[in-house]
Amino acid sequence: MSAPAVASSVHTLWTTAAVEPLEKIPAPHIEYTQLAPVLIVVGAAVLSVLVEAFVPRRGRYTAQVFLSVLALAAAFAAVVGLAAGGYGSTKAHIAAMGAIAVDGPALFLQGTILLASIVAVFTFAERRLDPADHGHRVDSFAAEAAAVPGSDHEKAAVRAGFTTTEVFPFALFAVAGMLVFPAANDLLTLFIALEVFSLPLYLLCALARRKRLMSQEAAVKYFLLGAFSSAFLLFGIALLYGYAGSVSYAVIADVVDGTVASVNPALAGTMGNDALLLIGFAMVLMGLLFKVGAVPFHMWTPDVYQGAPTPVTGFMAAATKVAAFGALLRLLYVVLPGLTWDWRPVMWGVAILTMLGGAIVAITQTDIKRLLAYSSIAHAGFLLAGVIAATPSGISSVLFYLGAYSFVTIGAFAVVTLVRDAGGEATHLSKWAGLGRRSPLVAAVFAVFLLAFAGIPLTSGFSGKFAVFKAAAEGGAGALVVVGVLSSAIAAFFYIRVIVLMFFSEPKADGPTVAVPSAFTTVAITAGVAVTLALGLAPQYFLDLANQASVFVR
Amino acid sequence: MENLIALLVGAPLLGAAVLLCGGRRLDRTGHWIGTLLAAVSFAIGLALFADMLGKGAEERALYQRLFTWIPVEGFQADIAFQLDQLSMTFVLLISGVGTLIHVYSIGYMEHDERRRRFFGYLNLFVAAMLLLVLADNYLLLYFGWEGVGLASYLLIGFWQHKPSAATAAKKAFLVNRVGDIGLSIAIMIMFTTFGTFAFGPVLEASGQASQGTLTAIGLMLLLAACGKSAQVPLQSWLGDAMEGPTPVSALIHAATMVTAGVYLIVRSADIFNAAPDAQLVVTIVGAVTLLFGAIVGCAKDDIKKALAGSTMSQIGYMILAAGLGPIGYVFAIMHLVTHGFFKAGLFLGAGSVMHGMNDEVDMRKYGGLRTYMPVTFVTFGLGYLAIIGFPGLSGFFSKDKIIEAAFAKGGAEGWILGAVTLLGAAITAYYMTRVMLMTFFGEKRWQPDADGNPPHPHESPRSMVIPMVLLAVGSVAGGAVFEFAGFVEWLEPVTGYEHGHPPIGAAAVTACTVAVMVIGVGLAYLQYGRRPVPAVAPRGSLLTRAARRDLLQDDFNHAVFVTGGTHLTRSLVYVDHSLVDGVVNGTAASVGGLSGRLRKLQNGYARSYAVSMFGGTAVLIAATLLMRAV
Repeated sequence: MSAPAVASSVHTLWTTAAVEPLEKIPAPHIEYTQLAPVLIVVGAAVLSVLVEAFVPRRGRYTAQVFLSVLALAAAFAAVVGLAAGGYGSTKAHIAAMGAIAVDGPALFLQGTILLASIVAVFTFAERRLDPADHGHRVDSFAAEAAAVPGSDHEKAAVRAGFTTTEVFPFALFAVAGMLVFPAANDLLTLFIALEVFSLPLYLLCALARRKRLMSQEAAVKYFLLGAFSSAFLLFGIALLYGYAGSVSYAVIADVVDGTVASVNPALAGTMGNDALLLIGFAMVLMGLLFKVGAVPFHMWTPDVYQGAPTPVTGFMAAATKVAAFGALLRLLYVVLPGLTWDWRPVMWGVAILTMLGGAIVAITQTDIKRLLAYSSIAHAGFLLAGVIAATPSGISSVLFYLGAYSFVTIGAFAVVTLVRDAGGEATHLSKWAGLGRRSPLVAAVFAVFLLAFAGIPLTSGFSGKFAVFKAAAEGGAGALVVVGVLSSAIAAFFYIRVIVLMFFSEPKADGPTVAVPSAFTTVAITAGVAVTLALGLAPQYFLDLANQASVFVR
Repeated sequence: MENLIALLVGAPLLGAAVLLCGGRRLDRTGHWIGTLLAAVSFAIGLALFADMLGKGAEERALYQRLFTWIPVEGFQADIAFQLDQLSMTFVLLISGVGTLIHVYSIGYMEHDERRRRFFGYLNLFVAAMLLLVLADNYLLLYFGWEGVGLASYLLIGFWQHKPSAATAAKKAFLVNRVGDIGLSIAIMIMFTTFGTFAFGPVLEASGQASQGTLTAIGLMLLLAACGKSAQVPLQSWLGDAMEGPTPVSALIHAATMVTAGVYLIVRSADIFNAAPDAQLVVTIVGAVTLLFGAIVGCAKDDIKKALAGSTMSQIGYMILAAGLGPIGYVFAIMHLVTHGFFKAGLFLGAGSVMHGMNDEVDMRKYGGLRTYMPVTFVTFGLGYLAIIGFPGLSGFFSKDKIIEAAFAKGGAEGWILGAVTLLGAAITAYYMTRVMLMTFFGEKRWQPDADGNPPHPHESPRSMVIPMVLLAVGSVAGGAVFEFAGFVEWLEPVTGYEHGHPPIGAAAVTACTVAVMVIGVGLAYLQYGRRPVPAVAPRGSLLTRAARRDLLQDDFNHAVFVTGGTHLTRSLVYVDHSLVDGVVNGTAASVGGLSGRLRKLQNGYARSYAVSMFGGTAVLIAATLLMRAV
């Protein structure tokens, strides 16, 4: 090859680059109204950071609570508006250049996440439970997160009455990520959403006011393991890209179906290689199963649930689960319906392990927060049974279950924050003995939540479990339902045991006291009980709603 | 007119509600309210009866549908009433005798501090019994059936402070459950066979069902009837039920509730007509009970228990007649009504005697009371003449017809049944004469009661005497009225009727009936009229001793059911403890152990968790690939 030829080709390269006009890169088309829920929350989160920076310390708490609740409520209104405008059904489509789906499941789950978040923010804002510390009303969060536990610096911060109002922007960012997660319509958006909601959660976990070392340990564990699982997810995304030549759900689905043969000539060597598809799928799946807390990716759950500040635990247990199951449903139903015969047996195994593992290990727990953590693992298993149904009723049953479960969970953890002794929350089960004698109302409310967890009729837990198992049985997973019912029986044991402990044991002399909460926690718990009973007594309206919302857009 | 039917049930039901919920402030007026509402029911019954008489035989039935009770797809149960001639007969008997007994109870229960409650229960009973006979479907009938069972239970155990009363109530309840299960099974078979419970469709379609099904339904209905009507083998509760206050014995355990079994069989006539095997069993049960009750009645010294044996025996007659088919249905009902009069009268008389004798029930401690209680003596005596079938009195007509019908059954069966009914008539005459003689004639054998108070027999207050007189009038005239006013024609459209021809001629049968009656009376007179009655019962023959123990019914039940049941329970408990609990506890223990071991995996080290995730992912990938490979 001659030198001028090289030069000319280089020149051509240059000129091409220089001359090729910018207008060939199209401006992205963003449907702002349809993304309004996410945008409102993100905007509020940014604003919230500014509040943190510029509003004087005295006014921050009020401003943050007000801003957060307002933003979440506005976002919920936007979701309702979109659903009323038909975006959940007839006008469902893919927005933001193929990145975000606006459809029934997405709107339903976003609505659920927002409602749950409002309730969770109420529990974040509770400042009556801890006895006034040096004359200051304090919440469940560390006085100054950066201070070394036990140091003089920390003591000074406590004396000064500092509080970590940063929890509100963190929560808002997390909610924003969670809103995108079940709506993500390509793998990159999925990953980004995952990180956007995970990182604030890691931080939130580290912010407990009491037992700070435990809280920080939990955060570090969650962060390490979360990063580990993200790496798997990302690697899986890369493999899937190698297989399909695109990260778009629709394109991957088409390649899996065989309707599109070739997308990207540069990837001709790997495209359509089933090994890439299956391995990539398994890794992405693992990333999502980690978030929902399925066995064997569940081990972070008990430690993190126990260590995190209890309001954060409730928020995490409810909202993360909703978001992650939404993403899982979309992945399995939109991207990989052509692979149903490949993923179903694998998911069977995971679901069985999760149901049994969660229920069995919960039996020997002695800490109420760990107990609820294992309970959430078992519930993840029940939800997986609904996912496996691979039918529209499977989708709607999972949607319903998520809505029901999230309110029970937040309510239950809110009750946990009330039972306190000198060291803060009294989470050891032995301290709950005889609670029903001393605080019958609180114990009764907690009993309602436990019965709902156990799936006793007239509570939302029964309606949800029934819907999920029915869908699974109709979807041909009868054996799974048998395992599910057996696990429920095992699980009932430890739920009922707590009830027995509360009502039929003698109270301990130095037992904990039940703090009288402010309106925030009262509203949160009341909302939990109300939803639990409403969905238990008259589930039909919400089942219909979930049914209407059960079609994914492709 | 049909809109009044609900009021028949409604009035006493309202009474029960008011009296039972009204509390103490009704203590002074409660018995009047209860009596008034029972009387209202009777008045409505009379009005409906007058209306019915004015219509042609085929248009007499009235129907009233109140509302749908259980509106389920394919399972429709209505609260609906049917008032035909059969129901009408019962309505008049129940509300009429019921009202009289309410009046009687005003005096009888005067000193009982729970009188208001007593009247509430009585009203409840009347309402339930009317519901039973007015229901237009088997399910609602079942409702009434259970209702009278409840009222019976509450009233037998009314003096619950006495352990014997509490036990008797429990016994009645338990034995009745056995029968009730029969009724519920019968209704279930009906529903699965015919798809409905309503009398009309079920009975019309009964010809189309298979013989086996009909026999099964018939036998189950018979089981129900045995429980409620104290027929062998479910007869054991009736004697103990006499622990209840005497008005209760008169109303529930003589005149009305215990005849519900007869009503059930006659109401289900079409089913039995099509199932001859079931009919045969019905006649056998009737015949056995007829003798059983009569024999027990001969041996009892307790006046109420003697009468209870008699009730059992007389209902045996009715059941037997109902088992004979169309030649017997009408007479079963006729005997039921006449029996309602004279047996209620006899019980009220017994109550009156007890009232004057410090609540003594042992006839060996009576004697010579006729001069002290003249009205009671006369009314009781008329009831006595009626029950033994003295010519011209009510029992004579009805019982004679049953005996005729039994002979008319034909063949060896007819002869056997006829002989049994004749024998029963003789024994009836014997034991009733014995009761009469021991109570009102002979020496005074009075003894002071437990507190040492000697009895001062006296005539009862007017509220008790008037009902006795009215019932005595019924006992005397009822049979003749039915015989000559056309009771057969009255009931025929509902139950059907065939005239039976006994092989030896009706006049001969009547002659035999009168003859055996005279023999029975004579024997009793020789034994109890000519000789002084010992104040302490003699040892007696083996049969006498067995009869005193109710022919060993309780011993039999104890040996077979109680002991057997206890052994069965014990062995089940053993299996439960060793096997079932073993498995359950073993499972629980192993799950717990597994939990403890799995828990150790959760060691708190992030590195271990990461390994678990890594391994899990590897397995996930391997499994996915493996699934594709296979």
